[in-house]
Amino acid sequence: MDARILQEFRSITGERGMITSAEQLHTYECDGLTNFRVMPEAVLLPETAEQVQAIVRVCHRERIPFVARGSGTGLSGGALPVENGIVISTARMNRIVEVDVPNARVVVEPGVINLDVTGRVAQQGFFYAPDPSSQSVCSIGGNVAENSGGAHCLKYGFTTTHVLGIEVVLPDGSLVHLGGKTLDAPGYDLPGVFVGSEGTLGVTTKVILRIVKRPECIQTLLAAFGTTGEAGAAVSGIIAAGMVPAAIEMMDNLSIQAAEAAVHAHYPDCGGLLLVELDGPTAEVDALMEKVNEICNGCGATEIRVAQSEAERAVFWKGRKAAFAAVGRISPNYIVQDGVIPRTALGRVMTEIERLSAAAGIKVANVFHAGDGNLHPLVLYDRRIAGQEHAAEELAMRILELCIEAGGSITGEHGVGEEKKLMMGKMYSEPDLETMQLVRCAFDPLQLSNPSKVFPRPRLCGEKPGKYEPHPLEIAGIAERF
Amino acid sequence: MASAGSSSGGGAEATVTGIAWDELRAIVVAEHVRAAGSRDAVAGVAPQMVAEPADETQLAATLRWANDVGAAVVPRGGGSKTGWGNPPSRVDLILSTARLNAIVEHAWADLTVVVQAGARVGEVQRELAKHGQHIAVDPLWPERATIGGILSTNDSGTLRLRFGALRDLIIGVTLALPDGTLARSGGKVVKNVAGYDLPKLATGALGTLGVITQAAFRLHPLPAAGNGKTLTFRAGSVEEANRLIMEFQSSALAHTGLEARMRHDAQAEVDIRFEGTAAGVEAQCSMARKIAATAVEAGNSAEVWQAREDLWTQAGAAALMKFSVLPTRIAAACEAVRRTADKAGAKWRIVAQGTGLGWLRLEGARPEETRGGVMALRAEFEREAGSLFVAQIPAGSGAIDAWGSPGDAFPLMLRVKQQFDPRGTLNPGRFVGGI
Repeated sequence: MDARILQEFRSITGERGMITSAEQLHTYECDGLTNFRVMPEAVLLPETAEQVQAIVRVCHRERIPFVARGSGTGLSGGALPVENGIVISTARMNRIVEVDVPNARVVVEPGVINLDVTGRVAQQGFFYAPDPSSQSVCSIGGNVAENSGGAHCLKYGFTTTHVLGIEVVLPDGSLVHLGGKTLDAPGYDLPGVFVGSEGTLGVTTKVILRIVKRPECIQTLLAAFGTTGEAGAAVSGIIAAGMVPAAIEMMDNLSIQAAEAAVHAHYPDCGGLLLVELDGPTAEVDALMEKVNEICNGCGATEIRVAQSEAERAVFWKGRKAAFAAVGRISPNYIVQDGVIPRTALGRVMTEIERLSAAAGIKVANVFHAGDGNLHPLVLYDRRIAGQEHAAEELAMRILELCIEAGGSITGEHGVGEEKKLMMGKMYSEPDLETMQLVRCAFDPLQLSNPSKVFPRPRLCGEKPGKYEPHPLEIAGIAERF
Repeated sequence: MASAGSSSGGGAEATVTGIAWDELRAIVVAEHVRAAGSRDAVAGVAPQMVAEPADETQLAATLRWANDVGAAVVPRGGGSKTGWGNPPSRVDLILSTARLNAIVEHAWADLTVVVQAGARVGEVQRELAKHGQHIAVDPLWPERATIGGILSTNDSGTLRLRFGALRDLIIGVTLALPDGTLARSGGKVVKNVAGYDLPKLATGALGTLGVITQAAFRLHPLPAAGNGKTLTFRAGSVEEANRLIMEFQSSALAHTGLEARMRHDAQAEVDIRFEGTAAGVEAQCSMARKIAATAVEAGNSAEVWQAREDLWTQAGAAALMKFSVLPTRIAAACEAVRRTADKAGAKWRIVAQGTGLGWLRLEGARPEETRGGVMALRAEFEREAGSLFVAQIPAGSGAIDAWGSPGDAFPLMLRVKQQFDPRGTLNPGRFVGGI
């Protein structure tokens, strides 16, 4: 990159706020998805929204693509740098700006860690609901980009449910406020579109979050079944009984083994394990937990435990939360996938995954958010064996095709990113994708913000069918109001 | 019912020729294209024709035809809220979704439904109730309002406090764009982050970006029959009502509704609703009574949840508004309304949800004072990060922008509109900032 431009960036962030040495840049060449790597030209670490604006203005003027990065824990390559581009890290924008407990609002900068929001309001009995497994390290800015979920989104919703407003630096360097502290701000629901846009519409510089009152009672039940099929039947029974648990998680035998090897959660050795968490008023939870117990028994549970203490509950969850990393104990390499299916297709899709896995000679461990049909197949392989990585990637994509065929989605919470952009063409038709690109063209006509991600191919924003011509009365209306 | 702002009479010029209308009759079978009558007027502006396409393909073709010949289109569902928004700068065609009224798929075991835009909310809910489920919304006039209509106007109701707004319940949408494109976004699974979230963009967009032809929702179980209970408490003042709301909100209660009813001539009342198991509801009721120990319990009728709709059904010329404030500022909002009403010689009633969203009926204000009063109220709300939407205003009050300020994101909103509807075919002039 031109030394003059680098100097201009340096003058914005200061010496400490810029990384250009190859050695240090290596840290940023990939995110949590490590099989894609690109070296950025520079990494900038602004401290304020004004600095982000100044950086983006230079990028806009010079047509330099940029990629925003939070903690780099993403699993789809969303924060993968682009050729000849820079990375804007929000790591130094990590202040909690405002805490308004009575109104249940917290305003944060994008680099604030997810769990720190809860940490800040826990004493007052509140928590921040979205809980991706990486919540102790991932950033709110990254959560906004990916619309992160987590085990408890079955009841509490996703990041988008809990983001009321966002301050954004648009790809032309202008600063705008989407949504706000109160509900239903006049105009289009732009926070709704921005959340989950994977960094392609601009850079988040501030977020207004909604926090949630901690329920009076939380109970977690662990049930062991002979097969995932039986466990799946219990999930169906729970849903059919009219319950919305806070979470329903399922693990198969291979992922149980991995979790045991890594964190010793004392899970029973079984074919299918369920974790069911209920929360709410104590009397309500007690009554429903009895029902869950009955349903699990009726579906052939071989063992049922209800956590008797907060410590025991934490142990129940420990194995589940550590499952991805734990798989490293039983396989040198693995791919985490993130497909979604209508829950009722679970048995059918599982059988098909088993068949494909056997045919390819590649093991697949399965961890599910079973309540909402979000599968996390972990495709296990050994990079040192010729051809295995390729075969594993193929199997992973074939599993996503199964999800599409079942009427589901290629991603429930990890994002499309670099990894799955070609799958978008299988999930959506050309007109569907073209229509999404209209949003892109409104926010980022030059395609500078995380370009080449999410969509199979870029769209030229110049190709408009015709110019918008407001009626004279509309212009008069605007003139009167502004 | 008069609408927000008096019409400045836009689109009477015959932009569409007889030949062009014949083309439309070929797209939508002739018997489903008719001349518009006085009841088809939109906020005082008269359209020329009304078309009722049979399916989404016909609807998209109709839209494309309109876009090509330069006809302005106002999409319409049940017509219960057609007056919401600014008067259109012009309107040639009412595009009705009346015949797109099927429930496409109720996957009850997956707690999802796919339904066409023209289906009436009440009918859909009755069908879902056969499996003990519902879309967790209670909008105005469910027997008239359609799925597409409540989405476009973002009308959720009292259940929003617990289950989220329509934006949180919609999981997929099919949109017909002015160029005739039929585009699908989202899907029929609850969890899905593939691509941009157009279901949310379409929700609350008042049909200015595309016409919703179909939507998918996540469903919630209905509470078991009889296991719902409402408590009403009388508060000494609006401040007391606000305090009670804040205490309920920061308690461990899992209520599914919380509202304050306040009016010029009576004490404020606070309603709270519980649903769940019999044991759970009973325990919560006693917990609520403890929290509200200083207030007088004044009843337990579920009819109080009709209060918002009642604001509309009373006779008399009135302004009807929706406001949004921080929950701690409900009493302050109420005091501002009281000052405005006193100055204009008006009666007022407010139904405010625990979320900070409220509805206001201002009745009998001197016409010359109405506009100024409403503008002053809006300014006061906007100063504290809130907003005021004017849904209806008595004739003779003068023109009032229905929406208020969209803030510094307005240029971006305009660019979104330009991308989706470059020729300004859909609902021209009706949305924020003249969009």
